Amino acid sequence: MKNRKRLVAVSTVVIASLAFTALTVPAKAASEINVLMVGNPQMKDLQTLTAENFTKDSGIKVNFTILPENELRDKVTLDVSTGAGQYDVVTIGMYEVANWAGTGKIKSLDSLVAADPSWNKADIFPSMINGLSGTDKKLYAAPFYGESSMLMYRKDLAKKAGVTIPLRPTWAQVAAAAAKMNDKKNGIAGICLRGLPGWGEQFAPLTTVVNTYGGTWFTKDWQAQVNSKPFVDAVSFYVDLVKKYGQPAPTQAGFTECVNGMAQGKIAMWYDATSATASIEKVGFSKHVGQFGYAYAPVVKTKQSGWLWAWAFAIAGASKKESDAWKFMSWATSSKYENLVGEKLGWAAAPDGKRASIYANAEYKKTAAAYSDVVLGSLKAANPLNPGVQPRPTSGIQFVAVPEFADLGTAVSQEVAKAMTGKQTVKQALDKGQKLAEKVAAKYKK
Amino acid sequence: MSTLKVNKPRQKTSLASRFSLSTFAWFLGLLFFFPVFWTLLISFRQEVDAGTFPPKWIAPFTLENYEKVFKVGAKSFLLNSAIASIGSTIVILALAFPAAYALSIKPIKKSKDVLSFFLSTKFLPPIAALLPIYLILKELQLLDNIFALTVFYVAMNLPLAVWLLRSFLKEIPRELVEAAELDGASTIKILYRVLVPISMPGIAATSLICFIFTWNEFLLAINVTGFGAATAPVYLVGFVTAEGLFFAQLSAVSIVVSLPVIIAGWAAQDKLVSGLSLGAVK
Repeated sequence: MKNRKRLVAVSTVVIASLAFTALTVPAKAASEINVLMVGNPQMKDLQTLTAENFTKDSGIKVNFTILPENELRDKVTLDVSTGAGQYDVVTIGMYEVANWAGTGKIKSLDSLVAADPSWNKADIFPSMINGLSGTDKKLYAAPFYGESSMLMYRKDLAKKAGVTIPLRPTWAQVAAAAAKMNDKKNGIAGICLRGLPGWGEQFAPLTTVVNTYGGTWFTKDWQAQVNSKPFVDAVSFYVDLVKKYGQPAPTQAGFTECVNGMAQGKIAMWYDATSATASIEKVGFSKHVGQFGYAYAPVVKTKQSGWLWAWAFAIAGASKKESDAWKFMSWATSSKYENLVGEKLGWAAAPDGKRASIYANAEYKKTAAAYSDVVLGSLKAANPLNPGVQPRPTSGIQFVAVPEFADLGTAVSQEVAKAMTGKQTVKQALDKGQKLAEKVAAKYKK
Repeated sequence: MSTLKVNKPRQKTSLASRFSLSTFAWFLGLLFFFPVFWTLLISFRQEVDAGTFPPKWIAPFTLENYEKVFKVGAKSFLLNSAIASIGSTIVILALAFPAAYALSIKPIKKSKDVLSFFLSTKFLPPIAALLPIYLILKELQLLDNIFALTVFYVAMNLPLAVWLLRSFLKEIPRELVEAAELDGASTIKILYRVLVPISMPGIAATSLICFIFTWNEFLLAINVTGFGAATAPVYLVGFVTAEGLFFAQLSAVSIVVSLPVIIAGWAAQDKLVSGLSLGAVK
């Protein structure tokens, strides 16, 4: 009897909650668009600011679906490849633009941009425009935020270890600094470098090291180069550095683990995305706000080696709400939105890295003084068409812009991870990678 | 005349072994509960305190993670999960109970073959069926439709429910059914007036298992829904980010998403235990 009463009580509460929820779901707006976004902090901010600003002004309701990066890629690919049209706006990166431009999977933005002078295309870095345009020179995505890569380090730990990090360090200098700053007694690793397998995880920083060592995945005429000397030297250096002075459990460390280590004070140096400043310089996220120094991506044979990436919005090929979709994209990628974030959430959270104007903003410069020059310099210097010492078959710094690269990069990264854990040598790992790369190259050789 | 001595099994276990068993059971219970407790603890912390290593027991208390969870709109996701879970469980029970009757109390011809056929639908990995399902739903314009998703959940869990209910019904004495037949009760009356009340523990256990499987289902939900029909697991995974810290927020949303399952389990716990024990005897 007691149980029955309890069951009835719980059922009543559940049904009442459902009824309340159903009744309080807001009525449909005059116009709605569906947007698929990656769950990065800048996108979460966009989600919270849209209703009270964009929807209020335009009357267009925006329905967000937010997913982690891997799930997002699967979902976007499925949606645009089948023309399902579940989403009007999808979030993609330069890799997807390079593969999908001109295929009908995503729409060209040229006519929309031309009709919208307030978007101010001229304010956007040319490297961003180039990276988000197809070989037909048409723009296919609007950048939400851009990033390069740089070296981040704890100034206090460097001073304690008697180390001076140059503004433009070499990898040899970084390795020497990591050795001095490595402090096992206090649980501080000298450096954090991504070891987590994945083409967008481990091989994002690692490919930039390969580039500056003079290596490449493929030559201009599609000869695979994965076990060539510069490639092997670069990976050997990276693996040795991580094994000697890197974070614990290196093959489990991606961006998240490294940013957490930096925020918690367990890592002295970190080579990764410039967008990491939004986390490590954020009060409430990081215990060492204001204690970080910044330097350009370390080099060996090239003058610079930072990567280039942008998370950008594109209109799905099957969308029938092109005009409303662009209105949202135009607002979210505008300098007006950057200012809104700066005022409401702080300038460290502003989705920077795409427009030149924000780097002239006094308020932004005050907050970002420690890193804005390095970020700006890195973004301007990044050259996806010539990232190393030899011509490449496709554009892209930390990736090769062919659909097969995602699988190839991930497979080779798994072999490199085995080398990090001592299960095989770097040469053995890259010999296996070479065979996989040759299969990809065979598809493109003329 | 010699007498045969038979060693009787010991009726009572010693105090020491009972104590050890209790301690071991408590240890196991706490071990299983600890991740839930830790998730709850982390959900009330700031991100900066959530990822400390070694972990800290005490950190400043905050409700901001829960505020963020509800600020970005958890309602529609929870509602969709409730519709899919409750709806599919009701339909499954309505279909599985008569089917289990026909396979246990009054076995139809080739009932074993039918059972194997039911089970064979679980042999195919769900990922292998994903693309065909996606394309069919797309052609029928049923992508991002909660009712279409509910139909698939019915299909996914029906074989399991039939097998479970069959094992419960097989425990019921045939004489009960025969007595009802002698009194002139129709098959439907036997089912719902005689068998359903007796089988409540089994029905509760089956319902809860179907409810939990549906509530937690992710693969289909993430691929065939968009904004309109997305369920709680899709909402949850949106808090995982590749750039930034998310442990505290993810813990908060995990607690919120798990609550309905915990409530359902609590409401049905007595019947669930007896129902699961019944199945275990079998």
